[in-house]
Amino acid sequence: MSNAEAGAEQLVAGEWGGGSLPYAVGSKKFGMWLFIISDALTFSALLIAYGYLRVASKNWPEPFEFFPSLVTATVMTLCLLSSSLTMVMAVAARKAGRRAAAVKWLVATIVCGSAFLVLHANEWLKLIGEGMQPFSNPWGAPLFGASFFTLTGLHMFHVFSGVCYLGVVAVATGRGKFTAEDVEVSGLYWHFVDLVWMFIFPLVYVMSIHHG
Amino acid sequence: MSHNAAAEHTEPASKLFLWVWFWLLALTGVEVLLGYEQYPVKLMLTMLMSLSVIKAGLIMAYFMHLRFERMKLVLTLVPALVIILCLFSIFFFPDSLRLLDLGWGR
Repeated sequence: MSNAEAGAEQLVAGEWGGGSLPYAVGSKKFGMWLFIISDALTFSALLIAYGYLRVASKNWPEPFEFFPSLVTATVMTLCLLSSSLTMVMAVAARKAGRRAAAVKWLVATIVCGSAFLVLHANEWLKLIGEGMQPFSNPWGAPLFGASFFTLTGLHMFHVFSGVCYLGVVAVATGRGKFTAEDVEVSGLYWHFVDLVWMFIFPLVYVMSIHHG
Repeated sequence: MSHNAAAEHTEPASKLFLWVWFWLLALTGVEVLLGYEQYPVKLMLTMLMSLSVIKAGLIMAYFMHLRFERMKLVLTLVPALVIILCLFSIFFFPDSLRLLDLGWGR
């Protein structure tokens, strides 16, 4: 071990010494965590805005029936949760050096994510077909459309970006280009997308079930 | 050798992840049940948000590996987020609850 390496290790060892890896994670992973925190605030702000518009409107629409809307949303939740599980498996496989297995798990994650996108897009089309637009809808408060489309649209965009991101990671992993850390960082992003849905699902769907 | 032992200690097994996945599904099931039953809006919001926070905690701790990272990283990331969410709530809840009590929104 060279002197420089020994010195760096000492810096890491010192609790407040700074050093090259004060958090014991690489800079990519730490960067992704910082992005996730800021993105979490974006979604929180949108959810708060949705909540405030809802509570401050006289006739907030409740267009979702238990069947089929909530059942579909539950299946979408199942897709995302299962995709998180397969993503965890992909990260574990890549860490253990099993690249082929990691690619298979990544593809499974992409399939689950795409299933979510198809179901969600289908639901959007159904709502649009019923006359829902950003600034008008047949059921009540006109801003329901704007807040619903912004919130779920931004989330859908995150899922779509995630599917593309995972596609790149899967191809690169197959070719032996990316490290285990790269796969783990993409996993962090994917789990975050899943986490956001854990708040959108109850607040937008479960709270808006139409009851006679 | 000792390095491998340490890695095994910090790397959780797939069985654990399956359990976490199972619990996330179970909590989602409870949320759907609440949606079917329908309770008064404040009670409903409290129950749903509690469940969601538990689910978010499970995802962050296990799927996002935060439980297996240094405490220093957790303390850098999580309290900042929680404090800002509290600031959001300070401005959101008094006004919103007042509107609810006035029978304005739902």
